[in-house]
Amino acid sequence: MNTLLDIKNLSVKFPTRFGEFTALDDVSLDVNAGEIHGLVGESGAGKSTVGAAIIGLLQSPGYIADGNIHLSGENLLQLDKDAYHQLRGSRISMIFQDPQTSLNPLLTVSEQLVETIRQHSDIDHDTAREQAIALLKETGLQDVEQRFHDYPHQFSGGMRQRVVIALALCTDPELIIADEPTTALDVSVQKQILALIRELCNKRNVGIILITHDIGVISEITDRVTVLRSGRVVESGATRDVLGKPQEEYTQALMAAVPRLDKKLHRFKNIVAADKQITGDVQWTIEGASAEFAAEWLLSGNADKPLPSPPLIKGGSLTSLRTDVSDEHLVSSLDSDASLSKRRLGRPGGVAFESSPILEVANLNVTFHSERPGWFSKAQGFKALQNINFSMQRGEVLGVVGESGSGKSTLAKVIVGLVDPAAGEMTFNDALLPPGSKRPRQHPARRQIQMVFQDPYSSLNNRQTVEDIIAEPIRFYGLATQRSEVRQLVASVLELVEMPQRAMLKYPHQFSGGQRQRIAVARALVARPEFLICDEPTSALDVSIQAQILNLLKDLQETFGLSILFISHDLAVVRQMADRVIVLRHGELIETADTEAFFAEPGHAYSRQLLRETPDLGLLQAS
Amino acid sequence: MTTLTERFANLRRITRENELVYLFLHNRIAQIAAFVALLCIGGAMLSPWIAPTDPYDIAALDIMDSMLPPMWSAEGDPRFLIGTDDQGRDLFSAILYGTRLSLFVGLLSITFASVLGVSVGLMAGYFGGRFDAIMMRIADVQLSLPAILTALLIDGVARGILPRESHDDLMIVVLTVAIGLSLWVNFARTARASTFVEKNKEYVQASQIMGMHPLRIMLFHILPNIMGPIMVILTVDLAVAILLEATLSFLGVGVPPNQPSLGTLIRIGTEYMFSGEWWIVLFPSGMLITMVIAVNILGDFLRDALNPRLR
Repeated sequence: MNTLLDIKNLSVKFPTRFGEFTALDDVSLDVNAGEIHGLVGESGAGKSTVGAAIIGLLQSPGYIADGNIHLSGENLLQLDKDAYHQLRGSRISMIFQDPQTSLNPLLTVSEQLVETIRQHSDIDHDTAREQAIALLKETGLQDVEQRFHDYPHQFSGGMRQRVVIALALCTDPELIIADEPTTALDVSVQKQILALIRELCNKRNVGIILITHDIGVISEITDRVTVLRSGRVVESGATRDVLGKPQEEYTQALMAAVPRLDKKLHRFKNIVAADKQITGDVQWTIEGASAEFAAEWLLSGNADKPLPSPPLIKGGSLTSLRTDVSDEHLVSSLDSDASLSKRRLGRPGGVAFESSPILEVANLNVTFHSERPGWFSKAQGFKALQNINFSMQRGEVLGVVGESGSGKSTLAKVIVGLVDPAAGEMTFNDALLPPGSKRPRQHPARRQIQMVFQDPYSSLNNRQTVEDIIAEPIRFYGLATQRSEVRQLVASVLELVEMPQRAMLKYPHQFSGGQRQRIAVARALVARPEFLICDEPTSALDVSIQAQILNLLKDLQETFGLSILFISHDLAVVRQMADRVIVLRHGELIETADTEAFFAEPGHAYSRQLLRETPDLGLLQAS
Repeated sequence: MTTLTERFANLRRITRENELVYLFLHNRIAQIAAFVALLCIGGAMLSPWIAPTDPYDIAALDIMDSMLPPMWSAEGDPRFLIGTDDQGRDLFSAILYGTRLSLFVGLLSITFASVLGVSVGLMAGYFGGRFDAIMMRIADVQLSLPAILTALLIDGVARGILPRESHDDLMIVVLTVAIGLSLWVNFARTARASTFVEKNKEYVQASQIMGMHPLRIMLFHILPNIMGPIMVILTVDLAVAILLEATLSFLGVGVPPNQPSLGTLIRIGTEYMFSGEWWIVLFPSGMLITMVIAVNILGDFLRDALNPRLR
C-alpha cells in the first residue's frame, strides 16, 4: 500500500509564561489511502494537536519544533501560507465534533456546499449544485431535493453531521481528519455515522485519521490505531493487535478501564497510576481525622436503619477494601475480607435484598410548557415523562438508561424536587414525597436524598474552598456545630473519597475533573444520605478516571448500603454499576429488568437495538 | 497548623495563578493609571493636612487676595501655588478639598447604586417572572433617559419637597440618592444577566436540592460568582458618578456653595474664563479630567482582564 500521510518525529511546543510546554514529543505515524487510522488517548494526550499540526492550524503560540509531515511525498512544513491554504480544504479536510457549531447557522446547506465546491474548482453554479446534491445523497441524507435549501438548525444532530461529512468530501480530499466526529451523538446515530465513514473511506479510497477518546469507536471501525499519552506515542499498530493484545502497560490499563458489556466486574482493576501527589499534601492532616472516622460517623447517622453499629472499616481507608488482585482471584475470595461489607448488609453477591422499598414512583408525568396556557386554550406542552412506574429497594442500584431527550435527567430532577410533576405520586421511606415546590425546606428527604451531578466543573462553587463546600451540608443540616468537629469531618470524608486532607484548603479550580467529582461525591456523602442520585457522574471524565470514580461509588454503596439511582447513556457503565435497569424512551418507561437478564436478553425491541448499537470490546478482549 | 512558610508559598502560588495580578504587572498604562488615581485619592483624603489653607474657613479669606494668578507669573503671590479664585481662596487647597468632596459623593452614590442595582438584578435573575419583567421595563425606561436628566429630575423634586432651611445639610444626601438612582440600572442589568447564567449551574441546583433559602443561595453562592463583571461596572461607573456630581454642581444644583466641589470650582472659573483669569477654570478641570481618565482606564483594564474571551 502506498503511504498517504507520513509523520516523522513530530514535536510541537507551546511557549507559556511558565516555560515551554511540549504538547507532542517525537510522534511518528503514517496513514495509507483507504485506511482509517485511529488516534486514541485521554484528554491532554495531544490527539487534537496532531490534527491541528497536519492541517497547519496550530493555535498560536504553538509551533512545530521538530519533525516532518509528508502528504503523498510532499513536505507540508515547507509550504508557504498560500499554498497551505490551497491544500487545506482541497486535499485535506476536517470533520469536527459538534455539527451544531461547524456549520454556519445563517446559510442554508445548499449555499454552504455550493460555495465550498466552487471555491476549490472552476465550475458553474448548476454543476456545483448537482455535485452537492449527489454528495448529500452519498452521505445518506433523506429527501435531499426537498431539504437542500434548509438551514442547519432544521436538521437533527445526526443529519447535520452527514452534511458536515458531505462538506468535507466536496473537494474530493485525499485525507480527512475526523476529530471526535461522534462524541456529541447518541449511540444509534453514532453507529450510523461510523458506518458511513467506513463506507466512504472504502469507496473513495481516502485516508482518514479518526481522533477519539472512545476505545469502543476505535475498535469498531479503525484499521490501525495509535495510542497517545502526554504527547508521546505509547503503542501503534493494527487495531486488533493493539486492543486485543496490548503490549504496553498503559494500553493494558486503558483497556482494563473500559467498562465491558459482556460481564459485570467486581471492580475495575487498578488502573493508570493515580494523580501525582506532593508529599506535603499527604502529610498535612487534621487531628483525629481519618477515613475510619468518617465511615463510623456516616453509619452512626443511619441508626434508624437495621445496621450493625461497630465500624466495618478497619485499618485505613476504603482502599484496603479495594483489592488489586485480578478478577479470577476475587471470585475465589468473595467470602473473605473483600466482601466483608457486603455480608454485613445482608446482600451476598448483590442478589437478595431486604424487601423494603425506599422509593416508589407511581404514574409520574412531567410536562414542560414553552408558554403559559391561555384562559381558553388547552394546555399542551412537551411531555417529558409519561406514566412512569417503578420502585426501588433499599440498598439497590437502579440503572436508568436511554438516549438524550428520553427524560432521564428529568426523572432525577423530579425526585430531588427541582421540577414539579404534572401528575403522579412518589413515596420515599414509606411516606409521601411532596413535589419540589410543596416540599418544605426542612423536609427530611432533602437530606436523605443527595445528588451527584454530571459536570464536575459546574457542580462546585468556584469561589468557595473545598472545606466550605463540604462543610456546607454539615452545617446546613445541623449534623455538627463545633468548628473543630466540622473540620475533622470534612478532612475525614475527603480521606474517605481518597483525596488528601490538605485538599480542603484549596479551591475547586486547582483540581482535575476526576478529583472534583470526588469532592462532589464527598459533599453528597457528608449529608448522610440514604438515597443517592448519580446523573451521568462519569460522562465528562476520561475512561481511567471514570473507572476510579465507579470503583469509589461501588465501594461507598456497599459500605454504607446506599440506594443509588444511576443515570447513564452508556450501557456498559450501567452494566458495571446497576442491580436492575430501567429503559426510558421519549419519556416513557419501556422496560424494567434485572441487569443480568437485561444484558443477556433484553425484552423490548428498542432495548435490543440500544444494546446492539453500543460499541463493544468483548470480542477483542476475548481473543 | 499552617506554617508561615507554607502560607507564603501558597500566597506566591496564588499570585502566579492570578491572571489579574499578572496582567497588571505587565500593563504599563494600567499601572500609570493606578498611580495617578492613587495620587488623586491620596491627595484628596489627606487634604486637611497637606492643604496650605482651609478654603471652608470664611474668616481666613481676604478679598484682597482674590483673582491672583499662579505664583510663577509676574503678579503671582508665593503663598498661592496656582493662584486664587474670586473670593481669594487658595485654588490648590480648594481643589484638594473639592476633589475630596467629589470623590466622597461619587463613592457614596456608586455604593448606593450598586447595592440597589445588584439586589434588584439578583432577584430578577433568580426568580424571573413578574418581578423580573416589571423591574427590567423600569430599567429600560430609565436607560432611554440620559443619566444627568434623571439625576436632575430627582435632585429638583427633592429640593421642592424638602424644607428650604434643611437644604444645605441634606444636599449631599440628596445628591447621592439622585446620582445613585440614575446609575443603578447598569448594575441591575449586569447582575441579572450573570445570575441567569449562574443559576442554571449545578452548584446552585445542589443548594436548591438541599432546601437552602433563596436569599442564602443568592448571597453566598451566586453573588461571589458574579462579582467579576460587577467590579468592572463599579470602576467605570465611579468615573461617571464623579462626572455627574461635577455636572450637577456646575449647574448650581449640587453641593452647597460654601463647600466647593470640583464642579463648583469649574462653574466659578467659567465666569472669568474670557476676562483672562484662565487658571480658575483650568486647574479644577484638569484635576477632574485626570482623575476620571485614570479611573476609567482602570475600569477598562479590569474589564479586559476579567473577560476570558479577550485573553
